[in-house]
Amino acid sequence: MTVRDALNSAIDEEMSADSKVYLMGEEVGEYQGAYKISKGLLQKFGPDRVLDTPITEAGFTGIGVGSAFYGLKPIVEFMTFNFAMQAIDHIINSAAKTNYMSAGQISVPIVFRGPNGAAAGVAAQHSQCFAAWYGSCPGLKVLSPYSAEDARGLLKAAIRDPDPVVFLENEILYGEAFPVSAEVLDPSFVLPIGKAKIEREGTDVTVTAFSKMVGYALKAAEILEKEGINVEVINLRSIRPLDRATINQSVRKTNRLVTVEEGWPQHGIGAEICTSVVEESFDYLDAPVERITGADVPMPYAANLERMAVPQIEDIVRAVKRACSRSARGK
Amino acid sequence: MVLGRSFEDMCAQMYYRGKMFGFVHLYNGQEAVSTGFVKCLKPEDYVCSTYRDHVHALSKGVPARAVMSELFGKATGICRGQGGSMHMFSKEHGLLGGFAFIGEGIPVATGAAFKTKYEREVLKNDKADAVTVAFFGDGTCNNGQFFECLNMAALWKLPIIFVVENNLWAIGMSHYRATSVPEIWKKGPAFGMPGIHVDGMDVLKVREVALEAVARARRGDGPTLVECETYRFRGHSLADPDELRKPAEKAHYAARDPIIALKKYLLESGLVDETDLRSIDKKIDEIVEDAVEFADASPLPPRSQLLENVFADPKGFGIGPDGKYRCEDPAFTAGTAQV
Repeated sequence: MTVRDALNSAIDEEMSADSKVYLMGEEVGEYQGAYKISKGLLQKFGPDRVLDTPITEAGFTGIGVGSAFYGLKPIVEFMTFNFAMQAIDHIINSAAKTNYMSAGQISVPIVFRGPNGAAAGVAAQHSQCFAAWYGSCPGLKVLSPYSAEDARGLLKAAIRDPDPVVFLENEILYGEAFPVSAEVLDPSFVLPIGKAKIEREGTDVTVTAFSKMVGYALKAAEILEKEGINVEVINLRSIRPLDRATINQSVRKTNRLVTVEEGWPQHGIGAEICTSVVEESFDYLDAPVERITGADVPMPYAANLERMAVPQIEDIVRAVKRACSRSARGK
Repeated sequence: MVLGRSFEDMCAQMYYRGKMFGFVHLYNGQEAVSTGFVKCLKPEDYVCSTYRDHVHALSKGVPARAVMSELFGKATGICRGQGGSMHMFSKEHGLLGGFAFIGEGIPVATGAAFKTKYEREVLKNDKADAVTVAFFGDGTCNNGQFFECLNMAALWKLPIIFVVENNLWAIGMSHYRATSVPEIWKKGPAFGMPGIHVDGMDVLKVREVALEAVARARRGDGPTLVECETYRFRGHSLADPDELRKPAEKAHYAARDPIIALKKYLLESGLVDETDLRSIDKKIDEIVEDAVEFADASPLPPRSQLLENVFADPKGFGIGPDGKYRCEDPAFTAGTAQV
């Protein structure tokens, strides 16, 4: 099943099961979705539940939040999360903070979803990864799926969740197909929020990643296997809350850590994971922690520069080798 | 209106005595707008406000005790002390907030109106006819979100009334220095809804306009934009030295005080006499004094409240080092667990 179909089926099933769930965003209806994620939904549920909005992110996001205050369950689609910056006031100030400000009176069961991070050649204003920004905000849950199973299970969990959830997808992954079991296809399938998945078990080094980088990490692991390095790959699935328990447990087993992300380095996801491991598993580390991130630049347009600005499989391989050959005394 | 005025005056006193802190924005002078609109509403209707929300809360039925406690930051406040002056929410009374950013409440209010429409059309509940009133100021009317919502409310025929409390000043920025077309009511028809201008210092005129706008929305005929000409007798907030407004302007509006005007009208038309008015004043004084005593006597929030209500589902705090969800640790809500 492709990630696209996984997302589509998850939304379809949740909208069928609960009439309070509705989808809103630009081009979600008649256009069948800017990336065809909402294909067929307008035909099935009608224009009252699949709303094509004008280009008014702040306005329609706020409308979604306001309708969620009193019990509707909106799914707000952003064409990309870059455009959500025009609505970020509502994501943070009226959605994330409201349950707290109202002392539990008003909860906001809303999902904000859309593609996040770099695509291909879309340049600086269309390529930012927002995981770190949303991941630092109390009151939000932030999820990022990799496989079709992740997409289905996590999106269903997000839609059913009583709190605001930021759901960071990836445009390049939409077309990728993954094998899925019968359990995953069942309409009641959900994944728990806050639990990471060990995609590949290993003994020598722990590599954490989310979204598209999980695929890269797995490929890097295959290359490294041939050189005798046995890599454990953790698919974070949940940026907030971060599954520190699983990450630390893994590092205590392997004694080495490499974090991988597409976003910018300063204050990134890797920074948080590295700190968590240093705080909780310092004595278990045999080498300094390594983080692989996107380059500290706005995304360039030229294809060769773009390639240099995001982590590639070779970068992960190199970092893992560094983590494995460098001893605690430094070299 | 008298409750609103006395309450706000008491707030100023309490602030200068250090019982209240942070940003406090008082409503003195604008009471006719809140009373005029909110008293036309049913309990199921919604009100959405800005940081100048104390009197909107009182008008909508939130007890004075709960508002005063909230301002003192006590656990008995309407939001248990977690919101404060600028963030009054009450699910029971349909008060959607309390927003610090201007313009932020307008889309949220539009969402509540959208919910009414969704309930009627999708959930097939014929009895769903709740109307939403969004209050905001003249400064907000230059903000993008205002126009985005005028468009969508008219486009989708939402049961909402956009009430502009035009008090001519956005902190120290005069409306005329900030706005290319100062007549805000004119912007309604540009988006396909009626735009009405009313004297916001006269509660009876406001009420007349409000009744019609509320009926229009409840019928399903869509939104209305109402511009109320009003004035705030105090500064933008208690921290504002209010040096830019001319004394002549202040005097002009002080002479149009809505409370004095209504009292005069009631006396002249023989509907009440002096004793009735004095007993109202006395009753209100008692309510406000009681609110202060109650707030004073109330406890501060307990330490465990710090981590409460961040999420409706506290599993959002994630899994602790022992592999169990943090919220399952009894020490978590005692406020002693490590976050």
